[in-house]
Amino acid sequence: MSDHSITVTVNGVEYEREVEARKLLIHFVRDDLDLTGSHIGCDTGNCGACSMIVDGTLVKSCMMLAVQADGATVETVEGLADGDELTPLQQSFSEHHALQCGYCTPGMLISATALLRANPSPSEEEIRKALQGNICRCTGYWNIFEAVKAVAK
Amino acid sequence: MTIAPEKHEVAVPTKQWQGQSVPRKEDKRLTQGQGVYVDDVKRHGMGYLHFVRSPYAHAHITSIDVSAAEKLKGVYGTLTGEEVASLTDPFFQLASPPGAHVKDYALAVGKVRYVGEPIVAVVAETRELARDASELVEVEYEPLEAIVDARVALDDAKPVLHEDSGSNLMWNGLYEWGSWDEAVAEADKIVKIEELHFHRFNSTPLETDGAVVEFNRGVGQWTIFTNNQFPGFAQIMMGPAMRVGLDKLRFVTQDIGGGFGNKITSHPQLTVCCLLARKLNRPINWTEWRTDFHMSMSHGNERWFHDTEIAVKSDGTLLGFKTKALDDAGAYLRYEPLGGVIWAQVTPGMYRWKHISLDFTQVATNKAPCSPNRGYSRMQHLWFTERMIDIVARELELDPVEVRKRNYVRADEMPYTTPNGCVYDSGDYAKMLDVALDLIGWDGIEQRRAEAKERGKLLGVGIGSTLDSGTNNFGQSRMINPELQFSGNNEVATVKLDIFGEIVVTLGTTPQGQGHETTAAQVVADILGCSVDDVHVRSGHDSYWNSHAGFSGTYASQFAVTGLGAVKGATDMLAEQIKRLGSVILGGVPEDQLELAEGSVRIKGNPEAALPFMACGAIINANNAGLPEDLDVTLNCRYVYRPPFEVPDLERKYGNLTLTYATQIHAAVVEVDPETGYYEIVDYAATDDCGVRINPQIVEGQVMGATAQALGAVQHEAYEYDDDGNLLTPNFYDYHVPHALDMPPLETGYIETPSPFTPLGTKGMGEGGGAGIHAVCAALQDATGATVWDSWNPYKRVWEHLNRPRQIVEVVDA
Repeated sequence: MSDHSITVTVNGVEYEREVEARKLLIHFVRDDLDLTGSHIGCDTGNCGACSMIVDGTLVKSCMMLAVQADGATVETVEGLADGDELTPLQQSFSEHHALQCGYCTPGMLISATALLRANPSPSEEEIRKALQGNICRCTGYWNIFEAVKAVAK
Repeated sequence: MTIAPEKHEVAVPTKQWQGQSVPRKEDKRLTQGQGVYVDDVKRHGMGYLHFVRSPYAHAHITSIDVSAAEKLKGVYGTLTGEEVASLTDPFFQLASPPGAHVKDYALAVGKVRYVGEPIVAVVAETRELARDASELVEVEYEPLEAIVDARVALDDAKPVLHEDSGSNLMWNGLYEWGSWDEAVAEADKIVKIEELHFHRFNSTPLETDGAVVEFNRGVGQWTIFTNNQFPGFAQIMMGPAMRVGLDKLRFVTQDIGGGFGNKITSHPQLTVCCLLARKLNRPINWTEWRTDFHMSMSHGNERWFHDTEIAVKSDGTLLGFKTKALDDAGAYLRYEPLGGVIWAQVTPGMYRWKHISLDFTQVATNKAPCSPNRGYSRMQHLWFTERMIDIVARELELDPVEVRKRNYVRADEMPYTTPNGCVYDSGDYAKMLDVALDLIGWDGIEQRRAEAKERGKLLGVGIGSTLDSGTNNFGQSRMINPELQFSGNNEVATVKLDIFGEIVVTLGTTPQGQGHETTAAQVVADILGCSVDDVHVRSGHDSYWNSHAGFSGTYASQFAVTGLGAVKGATDMLAEQIKRLGSVILGGVPEDQLELAEGSVRIKGNPEAALPFMACGAIINANNAGLPEDLDVTLNCRYVYRPPFEVPDLERKYGNLTLTYATQIHAAVVEVDPETGYYEIVDYAATDDCGVRINPQIVEGQVMGATAQALGAVQHEAYEYDDDGNLLTPNFYDYHVPHALDMPPLETGYIETPSPFTPLGTKGMGEGGGAGIHAVCAALQDATGATVWDSWNPYKRVWEHLNRPRQIVEVVDA
């Protein structure tokens, strides 16, 4: 298996690493960069726990190779808060009890963040559509819709 | 007053912290990706474990060759079933014979019994390499016929999974209370139902099972970072099998990505990790892939109900029922056959049946092993109970609401002793039903039915009533095996006041999203007279903290009783000690003239005369010279909560099996497209009564989550197998869990009937979602007119209800 040198900027920090060509972006970020906030729930692109924003586009990072991210700018859940200051969306998730075990939460927050950037005032229908690629097994989603609605303009 | 690293800016309540929707302490880390789940734990030189799994449902293993895998660069080593059989003893079986004779090892030995069964473990320097190397392991098989239908498992012509057990019968027990003959004598009608089926699914936590295990050779001890949710059970399974004392198995958990009971039975895989950590002298990471989980872990019990008879009066008064339950345990027993008794916690459901006869048989099949799944074993039985109610109502042309109200245990009968000796602690079922019906707009339902008809849709409405029995009396296990030495229950908490006044709480529990850090802090803050921000609750479980007991863990709806009971007990002890110390330091003021408030112990009516907790902590921990010799104060208190239980009467199978009975009544309105069977849930209401609610928002979150799981289960989710025993739904493509677009509109409601039996008036809760399955089945019956005989009703099944309804119900005069 051949190794490739890649440079990826994650949450504003530039990383240069050697990776196997077949390594998934999610494994690269979790195992090589030790950014374990993004999770893996399915391996098939269904669950969205590994969602990241790559060059401004929402992606499931288990569906992308690390080498494809060479030169890219990546945002993960660790990059949302400003130091200890939670974003309004993170705060809203807590206030609305939009998380229980927290395993899907990083991906859910990233998907909702991408939605709100593209559409700052989404309807509930638009929120549901935007989050349909993120599975949550704890909440039944209802409180997640409320949390996103509360920060929509 | 204390050093509090995490301030939440929580508003101080006027009366008390309990009862407030305090934002969760857990959320700050979890919304920032700072949780520590098991796969986030890393160790130097760690090897990644991958299992070689059986492609056959049933086969003899004729040879295993790991040499090619071991030669691959970067592979650290392997473990085979043969090694496991020499290094360990089979896991202890809970069953009495014949199930007792099952030999269950951590890896398959000589034979495989389900597709996905682990045969060999391969460890390599990366996840990818471990997976590659496992492809190089050569296994040869002699396939055998697979048994995938429990109904034929006991046929003489069928192969036997576990030869040592003699047949595929794992356990059988006859439960009889009251007198069926008496029920028939009093009855006007007997309603007979040929067959009902509760399907196989589970809650599929988003985080799969896993562990990072390291072995300390010098002291012979393993540290097991894991997401197992019942370490007490894993320890007693693993210790004897591995021939080590439990002190050698240190269990550590922090954040767990969902459990729902599905993470109770990972002890075989944890054993493999331990053996390999020792063999290879390096830490081992085992993280299941999604398909591994679906193929091999913790399916919910599949159950058939045959030859059911219901004795009923013409006015709908329910007298008794009898049935034969056939439970499909899958290939190994693991936590089974406990399902054979757990259902009995809710024997009559919510109804006043007096005469009950249930013949329970559990068999082995070539499918993944079962283990607890949210609503474990009671959900199956309560679904059956609710199906009986709605089938009786239809056959007797009675209103299902009236049949329920006529037969529900009444509020003025609480505490109510069931025919099998369980004591329903409190509740008002009829009132909850009214709340639920109001929330779905029951009064206008006939008009809506007519409107739907005009649009070409069939509208149906259904009720699901359920009990969430919590805080097990483990003595019930003796009903499935009188030799077992389990009874009662317990949970542990420690609360201490440290040098700078930090209030530190440890729990024996293993929360998976239930917010234990928050609710524990609420209880502590009320007793100590401080803020929840001042209370530091350690995250997760560590058996080195001395804060665990035999039943420690998070399962079976009990934290609000056992966990918080322990927290209350330990905090009461600490409060008493602080006052004793305060009495000494404040010059001998009697303790009854002291109070705890604003983070200090002070003289009542004289707030100036106060000793801050910081001073208390400092005096005892670091400045104790000159204190009276007889002052027995450590400010470090451990309390074991033990619920009041007796060992059940095994002859009569009689006794109180759980301490509390939370209640859920759900109501669903569906619209069915008669052409295709496609249907939508257009209105849904979930009501809950779990006694005193410590944190209403967390309670409501559990109600919603359980509801969503039920709606997924009844509409979409099923572990389906083909005739050869191949799982047809091994991933989230084929196993459809609810997505954001699937969720119907939801209304929630509640009442609070405090439990008279628990320290805080609380009841365990969280598992009541089965009500959603019952409610949708009832609604589909109402819409289609057909007998809904299965708990799984995807659109194709509803089409069958409309076009090929099964004729399985008969009514005869008694």
